[in-house]
Amino acid sequence: MRTTAVVIGAGQAGLAMSSQLAARSIDHVVLERGEIANTWRTERWDSLTLLTPNWQSRLPGFGYEGDDPDGFRTMPETIAFLERYAKNVSAPVRTHCRVRSVRRSADGYDVLTTQASWHCEAVVLATGAFNIAQVPAVAQALPPGIAQLTSAEYRNPESLPKGGVMVVGAAASGAQIADEIHRTGRPVTVATGEHVRAPRTYRGRDIQWWMDATGLNDERYDEVDNLRRARSLPSFQIAGYPDRRNIDLNALTSLGVKLVGRLAGIRDGKAQLSGSLRNLCELSDLKQNRLLDTFDEWAAKNGLGNAVDPRHRPEPTRVEASPPLVVDFAREGIRTIVWATGLRPDYSWLEVPVLDPKGNICHDGGVVTEAPGLYVMGLPFLRRRKSSLIDGVGDDARDLSAHLAEYLGAIRRKSPRHFSCASPTAQGREA
Amino acid sequence: MQTAKDDKVVNNGVNVAALFGAQEALKNAPEAAKFTWRSTVEWVDGTHSRSTIEGFYGLGAEQKHKKKFTFDADHPEVFAAEDRSATPVEIVLAGLASCLTAGVAAVAQARRIQLRSVSATLEAGMDVRGILGMDEDVRNGFDGIKVTYNIDADASPADIKAIVAQSQKRSAVYDIITNPTNVTVEVA
Repeated sequence: MRTTAVVIGAGQAGLAMSSQLAARSIDHVVLERGEIANTWRTERWDSLTLLTPNWQSRLPGFGYEGDDPDGFRTMPETIAFLERYAKNVSAPVRTHCRVRSVRRSADGYDVLTTQASWHCEAVVLATGAFNIAQVPAVAQALPPGIAQLTSAEYRNPESLPKGGVMVVGAAASGAQIADEIHRTGRPVTVATGEHVRAPRTYRGRDIQWWMDATGLNDERYDEVDNLRRARSLPSFQIAGYPDRRNIDLNALTSLGVKLVGRLAGIRDGKAQLSGSLRNLCELSDLKQNRLLDTFDEWAAKNGLGNAVDPRHRPEPTRVEASPPLVVDFAREGIRTIVWATGLRPDYSWLEVPVLDPKGNICHDGGVVTEAPGLYVMGLPFLRRRKSSLIDGVGDDARDLSAHLAEYLGAIRRKSPRHFSCASPTAQGREA
Repeated sequence: MQTAKDDKVVNNGVNVAALFGAQEALKNAPEAAKFTWRSTVEWVDGTHSRSTIEGFYGLGAEQKHKKKFTFDADHPEVFAAEDRSATPVEIVLAGLASCLTAGVAAVAQARRIQLRSVSATLEAGMDVRGILGMDEDVRNGFDGIKVTYNIDADASPADIKAIVAQSQKRSAVYDIITNPTNVTVEVA
């Protein structure tokens, strides 16, 4: 089968790109290995809600129109939202179509799938940033009898063995999972390394309102100081709960969650924890306060003094005088470990040499410069700080579809015989 | 995060330009970043020994310090020894102190903050029943280390705290002490 562009992935990024390609009358197809919004269906836990409020979880031309703009969508609501969007933009999605390989050919790309194979001039990778869980090597030394699962496999506390749980990692996933499990009466120990603390609300407004209003979410990748670092930052330690409660380390330890340092090793049935916990908590507090300073400066500069509550600072992270450096799994009754240690993208099927030694795709704001016609979306800080949010894929899709259109124009001027004759609507509506 | 004006001269004696230049050079030559540090020791008498440090490996070649450095170590009289030099554990404290302090200077330079004076006191508790083998529940080493910095600099207290926090984050000795490190001891 031939088309002009193949979009891989029918999540929010792929669907947003589809809407922009259609707006530019560029023939394309969206290949999805499962159903629309696949990973929201299959790789998220039951109680998960979006971290961004409803008003902000929007796609091009498709905002929130319900009566709870400050609420947070559940997984079923998120899936329904994306399904409605796909219908709304008539995205030409082929479901249950898993890509086996993407290769360059003389005049474009060959995409082999479990269904048809496609030849095209451009490929947009919208397969997500978080496909494969990164489980640390120390997991191999876990004593037998301790269940282990990753944050992508976790569904609910009830499906875990009874007894204590160690959650490794305290970014958004780890913190939420720790909070949820501990509240069911299973004692939780959180082992955390570097983490990014933030209050859910500040001066009466949601933190995502501040990130949006101050322009921080729109900060561009070519304007930020240390892009590599900005792209690898863990997520804010926040949740989208109706009561907007915090789940930072103080909130967790107030519940009775035990806080220990980074998991540095496992030996003889014991976890070895780093002694740097106090430093990491202080670094996190300092970073949080710098962010709140930025909000305050912006609010003052824009005359918002009376529209928001007075400034305040969350209490510093409480760390006990001598946090444990060793946790004996048996003695502490820990029966399960949840690895909330991050995920990385899967490019095993991408047979184009555009990966760096660490397996990350080399790109300039989503344009894969070493492979003309190849684009990637949905990665953290791809083009803007908001790139990995639902709210970010719209602008990225606009930018990258413009680049793609220009690329097509250029190659057609060079070799007019590449011009595709198929009409966009016929291609898109094909059953 | 700058607190000094751009045109102000800040000199803490650290060549940060060279450090950033090194980052650039090493980006494409990760093998050159592999260093090996060395030290030799000779027993003198009793608990007194003398360590010598001269050569190390890095940037793809054998390197040498400008001169040979020696460090003695001994135990104090309360340990029924001669007290000819500081104890190994005190030298570890000095190592941590130096590493953190060098970091403070480097971070301050990078953040264009002029340091006027930096000092710190270090304290580490140790229950000697550990090294005397009297109780399995007592470890040989420190039960904790406390470092207290006194810094006079051209910056706010928050910025000074941030410099000290960043220094720990990038400190080699802090990492060696707070995280497990494999030690292999052989007899030739």
